[in-house]
Amino acid sequence: MNTIPQIRLRDVKKSFGAKRVLAGIDLDIAKGESVVVIGGSGTGKSVLIKCIIGILQADSGLIEVDGQDVLHVPAGNRDAINRKFGMLFQGGALFDSLPIWENVAFGLMQREHMSRKQGKERAVETMAKVGLSADVAELSPAELSGGMQKRVGLARAIAGNPEIIFFDEPTTGLDPIMADVINDLIISVVKNQGMTALSITHDMHSARKIADRITMLYEGKLIWAGDAKDVDNSGNPYVDQFVHGKAEGPIKMQVRR
Amino acid sequence: MNFLALIGRVVLAFLGHMGRLTLFTGTALSHCVRPPLYPRLIGKQMIDIGYYSLPVVGLTAIFSGMVLALQSYTGFARFAAGSETAVANVVIVSLTRELGPVLAGLMVAGRIGASMAAEIGTMRVTEQIDALTTLSTNPFKYLVVPRIIAGTLMLPLLVLVADIIGVFGGFVVSVYKLGFNPAAYISNSYDFMQALDVISGLVKAGVFGFIIALMGCYAGYHSKGGAQGVGAATTNAVVSSSILILTFNYIITELFFGT
Repeated sequence: MNTIPQIRLRDVKKSFGAKRVLAGIDLDIAKGESVVVIGGSGTGKSVLIKCIIGILQADSGLIEVDGQDVLHVPAGNRDAINRKFGMLFQGGALFDSLPIWENVAFGLMQREHMSRKQGKERAVETMAKVGLSADVAELSPAELSGGMQKRVGLARAIAGNPEIIFFDEPTTGLDPIMADVINDLIISVVKNQGMTALSITHDMHSARKIADRITMLYEGKLIWAGDAKDVDNSGNPYVDQFVHGKAEGPIKMQVRR
Repeated sequence: MNFLALIGRVVLAFLGHMGRLTLFTGTALSHCVRPPLYPRLIGKQMIDIGYYSLPVVGLTAIFSGMVLALQSYTGFARFAAGSETAVANVVIVSLTRELGPVLAGLMVAGRIGASMAAEIGTMRVTEQIDALTTLSTNPFKYLVVPRIIAGTLMLPLLVLVADIIGVFGGFVVSVYKLGFNPAAYISNSYDFMQALDVISGLVKAGVFGFIIALMGCYAGYHSKGGAQGVGAATTNAVVSSSILILTFNYIITELFFGT
């Protein structure tokens, strides 16, 4: 590749106490590409995203965004990098003390010191992109269903026009139809705005649909990577077992911690 | 051997806590003096901590003043007649120096410390604090600093109100139950009131307000593990801030009045 990947990870490691969660991750994500990391629950998929986004500090390795080392960045520049990021959290993570529109416009009002009036206009515009009408703007997050909350979370993540967007289990906890609606929304917002996307999920249907490339995280390493269409004949027994959801196979579920 | 290991574990856990709390305090204080601050959020917290605590603090103060008058009267009556001046004196000194700040502090710790820990703890376990970071907002500035500033400013005001209401409680019992002369009671109270008593009480209140907000935020910020974790954080916030209030009450008294 002659262009700099938008996100570049080399030998990223992270442990919590004695528990090694990431044992050397290498990953390149090109601009405009949608990569999905699959893997079982508790394998450290969320940790991977949180290390890139700076919520957690990786122990060692290299994380670059647009060629810039984000692990050893002075605190003042951290903000400029964070502006490139948008994130949809697993549970939505909406601020329940604020109405929907303030949730959506939160980043805009913080970063650009936008007035509340402007912020609300932008919020309503963004909400329209994810199929939310203006009349939910004044509601509080608790008044919305899970699917609606996901949409608000998505609207909040894309409101600042990020270059890179992270999806943490975007379809978990939704019914199959709503899950597919969210998948379509993800495809439309990501593709339309040319965003780079890194998603983590264990929902294979979702992974096949939104990914250009799929990679699998197992025991702290990315054990396989390939085009989304190749995931069904990866030739890797671990991936096969996961994709087809079999209890029998090389992956042993740890019943006890 | 097991017993020694247990002691070691407890000591290590304690030291770990102290270290985290020190770091947390340092970070919080450094953010208190660096812009941007959020005046809107500080105002909201001030109303929450100050205005909405008035009923509970007022009730505590009035009954404390009343019982002080009654108890000191029955106590003094054993030694001497004419304890009118002594009652007014005891009421005003003990309220402004001790009971006002300590009781208000403990009541607010229960009311506000718990709700801070629960709110921030829930935000932690539902990833709302992580979400703040991704939206270019420092959680310390957005969540911790407004609470600490509001707590430190509002507690002295609450205690000032508590002092006045408490003296009024003492006045009511002295005049209507014990049959004191109202004008004499007021002039006695006024004569015995010393600036240092009131000021020491207000300094205590400021420190207690800081402690309540700090411990509430700290417990919430470091809570983990869902509903149970948030519950534990709430308990920790109230217990630790209550104990710290009583500890610092002694230390500040020693600084002001110790010889």
